[in-house]
Amino acid sequence: MGVRRKMALRFDLIIFTILLFASPVLSDLILSKVDRRIDLTSQIVENEGSEPVSEVLLAFPDLQVKDLALLKASPHEGKGKVKSLSASLPVENVKPNGMPAALTFYAVKLPKALGKGDSYTFDVLAVFAHALRPFPEKITQADIQLVVFQESAFYLTPYVVKVQSLSVKLPESRIESYTKLENTKIHGSEIKYGPYENLPSFSYSPIVVHFESNQPFAVAQEVVREIEISHWGNVQVTEHYKLVHGGAQNKGEFSRLDYQARPTIRGASAFKYLIAKMPPRVHSVYYRDEIGNISTSNLWGDSKKTELLIEPRYPLFGGWRTAFTIGYGLPLKDFLFELEGNRFLNITFGSPMNELVIDNLIVKVVLPEGSGDISVSAPFPVNQWEETKLSHLDLTGRPVVVLQKTNVVPEHNQFFQVYYKFSKLSMLREPFMLIFGFFSLFVAGIVYMHVDMSISKSSAAYLARLQWDEVQAAIQQVENVINRCLTTHDKLEASLRDLSRTGDVQACKAARKAADGLLKELSKELKLVLSFLQSSSAASQILPKVEELVAKEKDLQEKVMAKHSTVVDCYEKKTGIRDSENRVAAQQQKITALRQEVENLLELIDEI
Amino acid sequence: MAAAAKAGEATLRHAFGNVLSFFILLLIGVLAFSIRLFSVIKYESVIHEFDPYFNYRVTQFLTKNGIYDFWNWFDDRTWYPLGRVIGGTVYPGLTLTAGTIWWLLNSLNIPLSVETVCVFTAPIFSAFASWATYLLTKEVKGAGAGLTAAALLAMVPSYISRSVAGSYDNEAVAIFALIITFYLYIKTLNTGSLFYATLNAIAYFYMVCSWGGYTFIINLIPMHVLLCIVTGRYSSRLYIAYAPLVVLGTLLAALVPVVGFNAVMTSEHFASFLVFIILHVVALVYYIKGILSPKMFKVAVTLVVSVGLVVCCAVIAILVALVASSPTKGWSGRSLSLLDPTYASKYIPIIASVSEHQPPTWPSYFMDINVLAFLVPAGIIACFLPLSDASSFVVLYIVTSVYFSGVMVRLMLVFAPAACIMSGIALSQAFDVFTRSIKFQLLRILGFSEADAGDGSSANVVPENDAVKVDKSEETIKERPSRKNKKKEKEQMEKAQAEKTSAKSKTEKRLLVLPMELSVIGLLLLVFMGAFYVVHCVWAAAEAYSAPSIVLTSYTHEGLHVFDDFREAYAWLRHNTEVDDKVASWWDYGYQTTAMANRTVIVDNNTWNNTHIATVGTAMSSPEKAAWEIFNSLDVKYVLVVFGGLVGYPSDDINKFLWMVRIGGGVFPHIKEPDYLVGLLLLFVETDGKGFDRVRRTEIGKKYFKLTHFEEVRQS
Repeated sequence: MGVRRKMALRFDLIIFTILLFASPVLSDLILSKVDRRIDLTSQIVENEGSEPVSEVLLAFPDLQVKDLALLKASPHEGKGKVKSLSASLPVENVKPNGMPAALTFYAVKLPKALGKGDSYTFDVLAVFAHALRPFPEKITQADIQLVVFQESAFYLTPYVVKVQSLSVKLPESRIESYTKLENTKIHGSEIKYGPYENLPSFSYSPIVVHFESNQPFAVAQEVVREIEISHWGNVQVTEHYKLVHGGAQNKGEFSRLDYQARPTIRGASAFKYLIAKMPPRVHSVYYRDEIGNISTSNLWGDSKKTELLIEPRYPLFGGWRTAFTIGYGLPLKDFLFELEGNRFLNITFGSPMNELVIDNLIVKVVLPEGSGDISVSAPFPVNQWEETKLSHLDLTGRPVVVLQKTNVVPEHNQFFQVYYKFSKLSMLREPFMLIFGFFSLFVAGIVYMHVDMSISKSSAAYLARLQWDEVQAAIQQVENVINRCLTTHDKLEASLRDLSRTGDVQACKAARKAADGLLKELSKELKLVLSFLQSSSAASQILPKVEELVAKEKDLQEKVMAKHSTVVDCYEKKTGIRDSENRVAAQQQKITALRQEVENLLELIDEI
Repeated sequence: MAAAAKAGEATLRHAFGNVLSFFILLLIGVLAFSIRLFSVIKYESVIHEFDPYFNYRVTQFLTKNGIYDFWNWFDDRTWYPLGRVIGGTVYPGLTLTAGTIWWLLNSLNIPLSVETVCVFTAPIFSAFASWATYLLTKEVKGAGAGLTAAALLAMVPSYISRSVAGSYDNEAVAIFALIITFYLYIKTLNTGSLFYATLNAIAYFYMVCSWGGYTFIINLIPMHVLLCIVTGRYSSRLYIAYAPLVVLGTLLAALVPVVGFNAVMTSEHFASFLVFIILHVVALVYYIKGILSPKMFKVAVTLVVSVGLVVCCAVIAILVALVASSPTKGWSGRSLSLLDPTYASKYIPIIASVSEHQPPTWPSYFMDINVLAFLVPAGIIACFLPLSDASSFVVLYIVTSVYFSGVMVRLMLVFAPAACIMSGIALSQAFDVFTRSIKFQLLRILGFSEADAGDGSSANVVPENDAVKVDKSEETIKERPSRKNKKKEKEQMEKAQAEKTSAKSKTEKRLLVLPMELSVIGLLLLVFMGAFYVVHCVWAAAEAYSAPSIVLTSYTHEGLHVFDDFREAYAWLRHNTEVDDKVASWWDYGYQTTAMANRTVIVDNNTWNNTHIATVGTAMSSPEKAAWEIFNSLDVKYVLVVFGGLVGYPSDDINKFLWMVRIGGGVFPHIKEPDYLVGLLLLFVETDGKGFDRVRRTEIGKKYFKLTHFEEVRQS
């Protein structure tokens, strides 16, 4: 048993060799040897013992029972192996008749009934929380913390005990005082009572040990662990702690100066950090409280384990409280397994914190949406109920298994299993939902853009707008035609340039012919549209401009044609190029001017 | 055939242009959002500074208790023993925005915490603000300038300083509201659409909800309207842009509890009503002018002017008398200190004591807007070429905001968007000139090589015209039946028009082409300047403005040191004191104490009750016995004192001590400033002092030493 640093009182009770003299009548049962070891280096109480018959009763005072965290009986396997809890004996709470009322009894079922004279040896491990009481109850920052432990020197049992001894192991420090009975010895930090022989049943002799313990008493009043399974490959664990230093209350002022200068003397009773032992390959670890990240933490690890050292925001003195949250992600494949179509999660129950006593632990296992057939197997009794939780993109909510247990000590840090059924297809539900959501958004957008949302189809404004739309369409047509005319003009110009380069008069003429035809068609189109515009009342405003445009364009067209003919003529008549240029120059100027006007008009109409 | 191919190409180019600008805008949004995440990456996702903590707390209350409880919320955790009616004294815009976002996300089953939503509200709204800037500048000077301005605004340090992730303050959403209100005003002015006018009133309402700076809008817009009227630019569009805004806007503003009847009663709003009347008079004059013959009109004018002047004089006299009868002339202290920069230091020390209410220094201009300071004048010139209603508005905007930013460093924030818009215009115009020159020169070079047989002068005219033409034809070819598309088309047409006008000006300004070398150098210089701006902005975002101020860090040779003292103290108070304990501290820490420690405070950053603050100031600056009596009478159990002497944290309580004396002395005359100037340090040591009441004093000592020596925690 290593040195414990937390407020945990350890109470090891080893009961050896029970001899059965008679048939299983309680008073006939004799505990031939009881050897108790109480480890007070910490604050958890453990009883380890061995008893007879088919059933052996263990008695604890009610006062202790409320702090009883763990009670375990196992066959004796020799010294040093008492902690292997693999083959434990069933223990249950019983209320036998005729026993004192202030005691609570637990019955240990033995593997085989003991015959007369048979003996059987087994270990009982009982762990108690909150068994140490600080005394004095209030100390200053500079004081050391003293605690008091009360017990009976004799093992409280309904049976007669032949030989019994008790050893109390204390932390390596000063012992203020202890009850001296006969046969009391002290070896370093261990106090030995006994052996005492032939004690009657229910013998009791109180002892008190008063000693120095600067081991911080970290008590979590409530811890909520939420384990969320994502089949995409992650197990997210979030743990909320409400921590209190359960040691002697701090009184007077806290001086950071003194604390900082001599932390071991001025602040011996404060606790500075906690260490969490986490599984390997843990990732995305965070440590924060409700007002933000807490920067005082440290994470290191190797392939076998990861350790997280966290310091609270301030050193905790006796009676001070704090609350924080840690969270981390674990790889799914390390914790989730498949068994005959069922899946099961295999993960530790308690908090990963070293030496932490938890008054009330709530473990919530959040299973993926759509899982069913949920069952839990836990190595010790827990309260259990189910909830649902709505999280990212859930429709029906995720099933949550809630396990609740009071008085949890590190010994409870055992694996438990949650079995459930989950179909792989359910995993695709959320992606599909997203795809569908965006798809329908876009479809809605497209539909909205293409649907005429007008309420009244016969109102004057609506009709006017329709008419205006038509006019606009017509004007666009006009513009279109004009633009095509302009393109044709450009083609003509281009043909002229070709002509000047190649001298191919025939090609130029052909281009001219094509352009002529095209322009004629265009002017026909134009007429049609213009007649519509003239008939439409809505166009009255814009009509003069359009007409001007058309007229200008016609002018331009003529000019271009004239120019074209002139140039072609020149080439045909083989007059010098210089001469033709002279003749064309005047025309060209007019054309440029007209073209500018036409373009300006086009823009103007566009603006309207 | 060649033309057809070209047309197709141009269609594609046009479509590509639209898609490109859409993606540029998207990227600008991403940029605006992500440049503000430095604080989260370098520190953590946490609420910053002081006021954001209050907003965060209010948002928490809103999300927990709903909107109706929020309006009626009487907060007894603050201003003990007075309390504060939160619902009636906060600008609810920010809180409601974040609350709505949270509610929306949660109803979609996306369980984000309120804190996360609050932290990221500001960056999200910065992205919105840059989009709004695009819209506004586009209305003024076209899409190119809009994109440039949006990009500049996305990373302007002045705005970043108030909108990094975690800076959950009113300004974060208010700047967006401000710009969108201006945009809608300009849009209404340009289109004369009543639809936009209504939207404008709603945007104004949002602004009123969000920030007290809404008075800037309700004064700037009337000024612009007046300017338009004076310069003879009155039009029906101006009427539509302004009249509904005043009527609807004032009605809506009066709905906000914190504004209420102030919307019609304080002098800040007076200008808008005056201009409203003037506008109607002018409208009437124009109407009468339209129906009367010129001769009759002259007669009417003389008649009306003589009568009207008398009436106006009478009305104005009454108004002036009314306004003058109130001591502050109907203006609130903060507004007055804007008009008269010396006002606050004379009369209200509490306003003057806030560092962000001080006038800025020149370096802070360079820090906050950087190269924009040089571009703004160029932008103003560009706005006069040609001067439109819209560009005159932005000119007015920048002129007034320069003045205000000169008075109060905080209002640099209002100036920043104006500077971005102006610089965007300037940059885009400059780019326009340079690239046009280069293009022209290049074309000439290419034209010579290509058309050596033809005439060079027309050769380069043709392709340009071609381009413009096909643009047009491409538009005309498309047939769009529905109204929606028509609208879109119209927008496109407008855009095309802008292009065309630029093309037109191209042909007009062909003679103003710059030489090739000069334009290339100019372009390079502009790019260099832009790069410098970006580098500066990133630096400012990363180094200068990201610190949450509750967590301090410093780099030494040993690495990063984190000082988390404030939260350590608040966490201790939160977990280790009774729920109803009262904590006294200087008012700076009031919001944080209520939000982080969840304890009742005596005074907080709201500073609405000068006397109460003066009481605490007096207690802080009194000898121990007197101080104890004051605190005892206020049921104070803990006193939070910040001392940064050993860590080297400058803004601790000794730094603020003079203000405690000044503010205390403002109300309680027995506190005299000169008395304290000598023995300042001595006095502080005494305040910290050996206990009068042992329990009480121990707590002070606790905090005191904790903060003092936190550095050593890290060093050891």
